[in-house]
Amino acid sequence: MTLQEGNPGSQYVVEEIALPLELERRLEALGLLEGTQVTVLQKKRRGAVIVKVRGTRFALGLGIAKHVKVRG
Amino acid sequence: MAQELSIGFVGNPNCGKTTLFNAYTGANLKVANWPGVTVEKKEGRFQFHDQEYKLVDLPGTYSLTSYTMEEQVTRQYIMSDDVDVIIDVADASALGRNLYLTLQLIELGKPVILALNMMDIVEKRGMEIDTHRLPEMLGIPVIPVSARRKTGLDILMHAAAHHKEHRHDIPLIHHHGEDEPQTLQTKHRHHHHAEYTMVYSDELEDKIDLVIDALKKRYPDLNNYRWHALKLLERDKEIMERYPVDLPDVLDRSYEKDIINQKYDFIDEIIQEVLVNKEKKAALTDKADRLLTHNVLGLPIFLVIMALVFFLTFTIGDWLKGYFETGLEILSGGARSGLEAIHVAPPLISLLVDGIIAGVGGILTFLPNIFILFLALAFLEDSGYMARVAYVMDSIMGRLGLSGRSFIPMVLGFGCTVPAIMASRALESKRDRYKTMLITPFMSCSARLPIYVLFSQMFFPENAMLVAFSLYVLGLVVAVLIAFLLHLADRKREREDQLLIELPEFKAPSAHTIAIYVWEKVKDYLTKAGTIIFLASIIMWFLLNFGPSGYSTDMADTFGSILGKWIVPFFAPIGLGYWQIVVALIAGISAKEVVVSSCAVLFGISSVTSDAGMAALSGSLGALGFGALNAYALMTFSLLYVPCAATLATIKKETGSWGWTGLVAVFQIAVAWLVTFAVYHIGLLFA
Repeated sequence: MTLQEGNPGSQYVVEEIALPLELERRLEALGLLEGTQVTVLQKKRRGAVIVKVRGTRFALGLGIAKHVKVRG
Repeated sequence: MAQELSIGFVGNPNCGKTTLFNAYTGANLKVANWPGVTVEKKEGRFQFHDQEYKLVDLPGTYSLTSYTMEEQVTRQYIMSDDVDVIIDVADASALGRNLYLTLQLIELGKPVILALNMMDIVEKRGMEIDTHRLPEMLGIPVIPVSARRKTGLDILMHAAAHHKEHRHDIPLIHHHGEDEPQTLQTKHRHHHHAEYTMVYSDELEDKIDLVIDALKKRYPDLNNYRWHALKLLERDKEIMERYPVDLPDVLDRSYEKDIINQKYDFIDEIIQEVLVNKEKKAALTDKADRLLTHNVLGLPIFLVIMALVFFLTFTIGDWLKGYFETGLEILSGGARSGLEAIHVAPPLISLLVDGIIAGVGGILTFLPNIFILFLALAFLEDSGYMARVAYVMDSIMGRLGLSGRSFIPMVLGFGCTVPAIMASRALESKRDRYKTMLITPFMSCSARLPIYVLFSQMFFPENAMLVAFSLYVLGLVVAVLIAFLLHLADRKREREDQLLIELPEFKAPSAHTIAIYVWEKVKDYLTKAGTIIFLASIIMWFLLNFGPSGYSTDMADTFGSILGKWIVPFFAPIGLGYWQIVVALIAGISAKEVVVSSCAVLFGISSVTSDAGMAALSGSLGALGFGALNAYALMTFSLLYVPCAATLATIKKETGSWGWTGLVAVFQIAVAWLVTFAVYHIGLLFA
């Protein structure tokens, strides 16, 4: 499943990130990479997601959230 | 006295770095740009225990790669000889993420001190950080501070002065690595754990050693070989260009991911050892966010907050403004009678009283409104709410082909267009940045406020606030409409929403930070009144009192009137066919408040915002046939036409193109003319 399909309140582990290199690097600098634990806090039906990564909240647009594969 | 110590402040965005920086320097700072780039540089000086300190606030950044301008600037500055000690400011409540930058800073090889900020939040959540174990693991001094409560500040500076000389006085004690069984793949055992904070896997350490050997041969004068070797393994663009080495077998691929992963593995190890009682209590922020970013309630809450901001701006601002007006009237009357008593020549009295005091003074009476508006905006920004607005608005902005982040410059545009245009830098894509720069000037800035306040009170005394508010809404609607039309015309419209923004912990805004922010804005406003508006008032007075035949008391014979009458045909179809208004609007390009100060000069009214002044002005305008509808047309045109000179200069600086800047100016005049035309003619139908 993708991060966008996650349920608010649940925790996931990132399996794969399929984004343009530069964007992937920016996520990595924020500590979001394969193997990272992510908690989905809030999401819009077909839109942005608020996640918590390593103690920090980020809002991620749909274009990012649906390219991050996670497992429960 | 000892030599000046130069200290660089580095940290993640939202770690409280600026609050800490301000706690040392106060408002005593110099703001400029880093040479060659549009990244802001703040510098402050202060003295402590017979030692001069120079503090430099570096851009907030998460890492030190060379992907963004901010990161490049930070990295190059730290590597240079201009900095003696680095203070790495970390948000202790998000230690895991903040330590990533810390590890990179340590690898750069300069003396680093970790300032653990926001320890109060950590305590409130029932967590504890072992501040004895942390320096042992990092090998650098760790000082707990609170920028907000101003605790730990002296100790931090003391540590900075001390640590400059003694870089290796903290022993590294790690409980890993040394006693693990040797893997077969590696050539030799690495014993770096006493030397380096960050030690990588044996495979990587082998490669690092090989690259260091090659670097040493080729670049004998380089310092910090280990860092350069790591950057080559990461395939860092800048370092690969400057220090290429020929090692195809060792540098067979980018090891960036391995390096990042291993750093985070080490951070996890640190967190395991130093963080006690992780997140026992649910953070207050999570509760607040459930409401503020709620899918249904989020938007209405934002609208209510903005309405409240405007309500406060008008009511409290107007109440304070009354006192300013009284003061101005006394000053103006006193100056005139005083000057007459000592027999100063009438043209000179006219210049001082009708030109300068009327023009500049009239503008100064709006200071309370401006003050309240910026206070409210500072509060929204510093509390952390603004980032939530980006999330809340993301879907709506997506329909306009923009990211939710574009909405932040737009909201800031209610304050002043110049910093709002600068804030559009934070947008990742160039397309978004240019589009945001094009629509942000339509957001009604505080300089247009005096125009609305004056004309809505004169012509719509019953509904002044409603009329003024309608212009704010009109500006927003025009901005949104234009963004939408551009989006429809955009061929590459199938773009993905790549919003990426940190939602910082909610905190009570720091009074000190807000005070400095607001003071900067008030100072800007006073400076503008003292320079641009002062000059514009003098020029206006000259244009309106001199004509081809010299000094003239009949305004119809002056240069101003000749110029105005020549351009009047362009403005007649939109209800503004009065040469006086035309002159005021042209003058308003220097700064939009000048529209008001020009009216004061044009009609010779010394205190234009007082009841008597307004009565006189509306009387003069009424005699010309200028009524309520014309007033609304004037406000509409003022809202939308060419942004002020300072905004144009900023757009030029940000885009680097005169062509683009000119296009923006022409485009805005066209939009202003068309919209005002529509407003005026629809109004005529009902009149």
